Amino acid sequence: MYYIDPHIHMVSRTTDDYETLAKMGCVAVSEPAFWAGYDRGSAGGFRDYFEQLTSFEPKRAAAYGIQHYTWLCINAKEAENVALSREVIAMIPDFLERPGVLGIGEIGLNKNTSNEATVFLEHMELAVETDELMLIHTPHLEDKYQGTRMILDMLCGDSRVDRQRVVVDHVEEHTIRNVLDEGFWAGMTLYPVSKCTPARAADMVEMYGAEQLLVNSAGDWGPSKPTAVPDFVLEMRRRGHGESLIRRVVYENPLAFFEQCRRFVFTPPDVAERAGV
Amino acid sequence: MTRTSPGDQVLDQEFLPLRAKLLEIAATLDRIERAGGASDEDIRVEFIRQAISTLLRPDDDRAEQIQLLFSRPYDDEWQKKLLDVSS
Repeated sequence: MYYIDPHIHMVSRTTDDYETLAKMGCVAVSEPAFWAGYDRGSAGGFRDYFEQLTSFEPKRAAAYGIQHYTWLCINAKEAENVALSREVIAMIPDFLERPGVLGIGEIGLNKNTSNEATVFLEHMELAVETDELMLIHTPHLEDKYQGTRMILDMLCGDSRVDRQRVVVDHVEEHTIRNVLDEGFWAGMTLYPVSKCTPARAADMVEMYGAEQLLVNSAGDWGPSKPTAVPDFVLEMRRRGHGESLIRRVVYENPLAFFEQCRRFVFTPPDVAERAGV
Repeated sequence: MTRTSPGDQVLDQEFLPLRAKLLEIAATLDRIERAGGASDEDIRVEFIRQAISTLLRPDDDRAEQIQLLFSRPYDDEWQKKLLDVSS
């Protein structure tokens, strides 16, 4: 089954992973801007990173037949530095019109601080002014419930935000209902220990339906499994769910969300095959 | 022929993985005891006890209950406190 991973950090993965993803049926990846594992020292560091995301990484993906899309922001961890964040936010428009850029992300909260919330609101303002999609990171572990509620307060507090054009990611059992009830898209991240499993994600599809739900691996430089979405596919099949439901979650839903971006260009795999690409 | 309920069918599928996960929990708790036990003042010990108690409830939202148990509380006055705005 062809699938799309709507949240995976391929800059932190080797080409072995691209090869594996291609073999497993991945036809596209969407890569949000994130933390490098350390706090970057300058806006120049982010400029170089955005260059890597928008120029080099799509070429690396294309070598394996995978279409690559990206998002731009300063991540929630580094948002504690408000001065640096404002420099980076001011720079984002320089990259927004590059091919493959889907919008602003992954913005969010980390420890739910005042500075993080301030920077989140300023990213949100940029996204509204430039009419961009938003991809939102919710905090880990004990911070997730509080942070998700705070994020929803900020999003719902601005009537200009089109909730259909926002995905709130890393939802789990105690946050998914709030996100879906407010009309946002919800992403379930299949990541060891700190987030969800394929089985629990399948449970949530069964409980809430497939409407506006995405699954992703959020594969990054830590212990993570970039093939987590195929694991979800297998779990759903094991439970007897039909191919159309599974395809909806792992292929059609990401496309439906991304198609709202005016720059989104996607070549379906069957078209690519016919064209000999 | 005996008809099994859908719940029994799920149990049939999940029994061995569930057994393995319970053993993992038991072995981890034993490991802590062999190391001298954790401090009773450590709030995480109380959370673990409450989580295990939650498992014994006949509810269908125990995963959500345990998630909330391990979560920092939400304060609906947070914007006044962190962003210096009136709600």
